[in-house]
Amino acid sequence: MSSANLPIKELGETPLVGEGVTFKSVSETVCRVTENKAPRGWWIGFLLAISFTGVMGAAIGYLFWAGVGVWGNNAPVYWAWDITNFVWWIGIGHAGTLISAVLFLFRQKWRTAINRFAEAMTIFAVICALIFPGIHVGRAWYAYYMLPIPNEMAIWPNFKSPLIWDVFAVSTYFTVSLLFWFVGLVPDFATMRDRAKNKYRRIVYGALALGWRGANRHWQNYERAYLILAAISTPLVLSVHSVVSFDFATSLMPGWHTTIFPPYFVAGAVFSGFAMVMTLMLITRAVYGMRSLVLMKHLELMNKIMLVTGSLVGYAYGMEFFIAWYGGNDYEWFVFKNRAAGPYAWAYWTMISCNVISPQLFWFKRFRTSIPVMFVVSIFINIGMWFERFVIIVTSLHRDFLPSSWGYFRPTLVDIFTYAGTIGLFFTAFLLFIRWVPMIAIAEVKGVMPEADPHHEPHGHDGEHGEGAHAPATAEAE
Amino acid sequence: MQIFPRSLNKLPLLLGGVGTVVPALLVGAIWYFVTPKNFTVGYAPAQPVPYSHRLHVGQMGMDCRYCHANVEVAGKAMIPPTQVCMGCHSMVKTDSARLAPVRSSWESGKPIEWVQVHKLPDHAYFDHSAHLAAGVGCATCHGRVDQMDVVRAEQPLGMGWCLDCHRDPKPNLRPKDQITNMEWKPEMAAAGWTAPDVNPPQHCSGCHR
Repeated sequence: MSSANLPIKELGETPLVGEGVTFKSVSETVCRVTENKAPRGWWIGFLLAISFTGVMGAAIGYLFWAGVGVWGNNAPVYWAWDITNFVWWIGIGHAGTLISAVLFLFRQKWRTAINRFAEAMTIFAVICALIFPGIHVGRAWYAYYMLPIPNEMAIWPNFKSPLIWDVFAVSTYFTVSLLFWFVGLVPDFATMRDRAKNKYRRIVYGALALGWRGANRHWQNYERAYLILAAISTPLVLSVHSVVSFDFATSLMPGWHTTIFPPYFVAGAVFSGFAMVMTLMLITRAVYGMRSLVLMKHLELMNKIMLVTGSLVGYAYGMEFFIAWYGGNDYEWFVFKNRAAGPYAWAYWTMISCNVISPQLFWFKRFRTSIPVMFVVSIFINIGMWFERFVIIVTSLHRDFLPSSWGYFRPTLVDIFTYAGTIGLFFTAFLLFIRWVPMIAIAEVKGVMPEADPHHEPHGHDGEHGEGAHAPATAEAE
Repeated sequence: MQIFPRSLNKLPLLLGGVGTVVPALLVGAIWYFVTPKNFTVGYAPAQPVPYSHRLHVGQMGMDCRYCHANVEVAGKAMIPPTQVCMGCHSMVKTDSARLAPVRSSWESGKPIEWVQVHKLPDHAYFDHSAHLAAGVGCATCHGRVDQMDVVRAEQPLGMGWCLDCHRDPKPNLRPKDQITNMEWKPEMAAAGWTAPDVNPPQHCSGCHR
């Protein structure tokens, strides 16, 4: 008998849901979060998040009124926190697609517990990211010139610029992620619709469910659509962050002009994205009692991916440094010596300790399965990955070819408020998502439960899946 | 339980229809209304002095360069100063009420505040002399000014309009001795005359220096 037909239990895999979880209890656990009154903690978090969003609005309003000079960016360091935050947010968004699409293509069933969560995070992170290319330009009201619209001036964007590719990459990424997320949500919205107790919920979720009845025909088309979207999203996620890395890699700056950037940025994106999913998941799982759906097994597997991508990032840091020395280019070698021992050495070493050292703890099962450790490490990783982008951008710019144009970058309050504000915006959207949308993919979790396996019942009564029916087939195969 | 009425089955059709018609109307409206053609062509503000080109050019036959004297040598075509007006009007129609602002300008030394009809933004550097030297006639861009009582903009002056001609100038060129001839038409060119290759700039620094 080939192993593909064996029940999960017989392959020695542990189930993906906790003890005593049934089809009914999955719907119940996930849906009740949106059906009950919001706990006080949610309101506190929401008010906090929305006031930070207000701070962002004020910071951006002031920026538009007074000009980009209110930021700390200066003559050698034309890009600083604006692009750092942009790349950081885009990177965070990439875990969502990785979990939804790449793990789906690899038939990793454990993704079901976290994919909805991660996709939502992707969308909100991309929204936060999209703000920065829009506002870091000196004249934000001409941002539409970046789109190839037939116009009276007979001018078009220059398709040779990676900043234009960014426009296409990020807007496509946002659209596809949103579609992918929504397609996944349709069966769950139908569950919400069917559980709805009042008229408005029934209408809203009914409209969102698009008339889903869970028919065989529905499911077949749905699975096919989902697979196609996953197959589209996978090259998309790899190319989007590569395009973001081209912003630097296609330039001539020592420290930027490197061919390792596209894969290295993607690895870093997955790394930071998983860390963000982990941070949020640990909190939500505890607060909303999702421990029976998001098991330690899931968290451990996420930690393993962080270990892999963290090691890839560490390899890239080492390789960059090696090539800078091996390449024999004075400017390139100087940039790296300057990173490790120059005025921004503190940022470089923060980056190294957060990104290279802290994930190595996950080699040990003891740390990999310890919630306090993974919580702290996931936060460290996000700090480290922010510093990675900061180090790449600012340290390469502040001292380059001509010593006469060396400078130093200091952020202003407006820089800080804008960044803090996008975190507020992210959490505002995230808390609303938790409140109104099933945060775990109900239908998919049900699909990977042992009960969903046709071979689940050891002693069949229907004469089709029972021992008797299997015996001749087994004998034949062997 | 039925949430939505049966009639909602028509919704996809409706959305499909609205989703096609509304964007089409929107694009059409933008193409028609949000263009210099809509904003510029036909602009004919009232001037402080009711100066008539029809009278001076069309009926009395003055050449354009009598008043706009520097147009062949300078980038910016001049508006004639009060002195040019008073060259005749110190003796002709000396008590016309319509000419009162000209006389008061002459007495006070304050220039007449003409309203500019053809306005380019300051980041576009247009040069009249280059166009006249290449053989572009006044009427090509400014219309039949000799028939205008009040000057109105005839052409949109948008960048796409400029580039149309810079990409294919020949249909708009004429012999250089016909530049100020308002009535000239391409079929009036002498036998054997062909428009020269003028290679107008199509790069940014041609105009946006």
